[in-house]
Amino acid sequence: MDLYEYQGKDLFRRVGIPVSAGRLATTPEEARTAAEELGGPVVVKAQVLTGGRGKAGGVKLADDPADAEAKARDILGLDIRGHVVHTLWIEKASDIEREYYLSITFDRGAKKPLFMFTTQGGVEIEQVAEENPDALVRLHVDPLAGFQPWVARRLVYGGGVEDPSEQKQIAAIVERLYRAFVEFDAMLCEINPLIVTPEGEVKALDSKFTVDDSGLFRHPDIAEWRDPTAADPIETFAREKHVTYVKLDGDVGVLANGAGLGMSTVDVVAHAGGRPANFCDLGGGGSAEGVVDALEVITRDEQVRSIFFNIFGGITRCDEVARGILAALERLDMSRYPIVVRLDGTNAEEGRRILADAGREDIHPEATMLDGARRAVELAGAAA
Amino acid sequence: MAIILDNDTRLVVAGLTGSEGRFHGLRNRAYGTNLVAGVTPGKGGQDVEGVPVFDTVADAVTEAGANTSLIFVPARFAVDAIYEAVDAGIGTVICITEHIPAHDMLRAYTYFRGKGTTMIGPNCPGVLSPGKANAGIIPAEIFSEGGVGLVSRSGTLTYQIGHELTQLGLGNSTIVGIGGDPVVGSSFVDVLEKFEADAQTELIVLVGEIGGDEEEKAAAYVAEHVTKPVLAYIAGFSAPPGKTMGHAGAIISGSSGTAQGKKEALEARGIAVGTTPTEVAQMVAERME
Repeated sequence: MDLYEYQGKDLFRRVGIPVSAGRLATTPEEARTAAEELGGPVVVKAQVLTGGRGKAGGVKLADDPADAEAKARDILGLDIRGHVVHTLWIEKASDIEREYYLSITFDRGAKKPLFMFTTQGGVEIEQVAEENPDALVRLHVDPLAGFQPWVARRLVYGGGVEDPSEQKQIAAIVERLYRAFVEFDAMLCEINPLIVTPEGEVKALDSKFTVDDSGLFRHPDIAEWRDPTAADPIETFAREKHVTYVKLDGDVGVLANGAGLGMSTVDVVAHAGGRPANFCDLGGGGSAEGVVDALEVITRDEQVRSIFFNIFGGITRCDEVARGILAALERLDMSRYPIVVRLDGTNAEEGRRILADAGREDIHPEATMLDGARRAVELAGAAA
Repeated sequence: MAIILDNDTRLVVAGLTGSEGRFHGLRNRAYGTNLVAGVTPGKGGQDVEGVPVFDTVADAVTEAGANTSLIFVPARFAVDAIYEAVDAGIGTVICITEHIPAHDMLRAYTYFRGKGTTMIGPNCPGVLSPGKANAGIIPAEIFSEGGVGLVSRSGTLTYQIGHELTQLGLGNSTIVGIGGDPVVGSSFVDVLEKFEADAQTELIVLVGEIGGDEEEKAAAYVAEHVTKPVLAYIAGFSAPPGKTMGHAGAIISGSSGTAQGKKEALEARGIAVGTTPTEVAQMVAERME
């Protein structure tokens, strides 16, 4: 789960990483009030779960409350890479002397947390890594040993920070960032830029924070931060129905059991010359109820022209899936969709017989995954 | 021969008294797996269809001689069950449980790696050595005994490919589902090493998917250390970046972890990659002739 800047900064504040004072606003009027309360110049920042908001005009300096209101009016409703701005973070403006970069990520390859630090902050870290790799200090932490002070020293000295007060402040931030990373089950905590003010104060000017979904049960407060408006509306609906679904851009609705088979089915539909409309994992159960829910999700996508069920029964029983398909056809208006069904594995013969006995013309049985994909693509083309 | 599970396997199921543990544990026994014990704290002394239940894994080891643990307990207790099995001296730990927090798994991994334990999973379908033993949820009836070693990050996709192989008259030495999480106990490389050393395995099929760099590492390992033919399949060519495709570990981050990148890395090391599960099975059949 990705967090908004203001949410990440809330977590930074909890572990003692310095951030600027700020307020949330969802209207220009609220932005004005926030600026009044904060006093002095403020920065009006779009809260979106994507990068590049500065370049897109989503971050603006405002001199006074009236200006903050005007800037908020400009930014609210902006579309930044497909994310519409509904929320603003109004923050006391900071004078910047220098910009650094600090992050800790979950390095899957090394199976260790990885710290990265550079004094060349404020730009994309990939750019620093490519153009000036020596300026980027990378350091793994042993997850059992946890944070030790030398880790911070290696980063600070390695990065070439010379001012003793800065060294001390950054070292403290490194330690606290590690604490945030572990305590909040983060997959990524990034501060870019980590700034030094003309007075020599070091603080986090931005935050990028990703929390492990599987760890959310330990953080009910963070779990509640999930913003249903940030995701695709069909994906949000799928989440409510406990259906694993990712929207794609085609017209062949895909439904398989299991994540791997689901991805493979999407690929095979594309390989057969079609355009998959979605990825959807029916899960291990495959109850009739689950099938109805999944079909309800898939058919919310108005681009869908045909549906391909690709089931390989393991725990999932094909007879159960067949009954689910028939139940869904009774409960939902599926008249627009030809349904191609391929059943194999546990109780496949019984499942095929149940579908055949129903004698429905809108159900098209196919014997193999490849033939099923081809048929679904053909039917989508005919329906378009 | 085969790997990980064989006729010497003595299985203990953590969570045998739960509904899933019971269902699959007994199914594994019905297949012929030597299921010697169950573990459920507080239920020591009971039995499940004649299988003795102990309070601790240590008791299951000393009293029933368990050497392999199959974990079916819920996510928030699963890591504890992994540590307990490792500390009881269990050599092979297979964890089916999904949704274990990544940080918990990271620490556990760092802990058991130094102890020589073979850990499979979590978030995996388990391991099956046809004709010998089955531990987990793989439907054994679709596989037959033979010379193809199969290692995969996915469950049902493995069944699909196994089924296609069976249709072509090909059997398996062992089927290993290493799991779909960002941190799993055994990587492709760990399993490839075992297949290379296994006399029964003549050819290896690697089934990967988007996310991480384990397929790339496997490609490099095969080039250096594997003499047996290796074929591969990768799922997720149509996956958009930044979206988790069902498995917690199946996500393209920025430009890394793409199916195309993995395919290229494998092909660069001479490992042929099939476009569909059907094609992979046909490629295997051609090489096994």
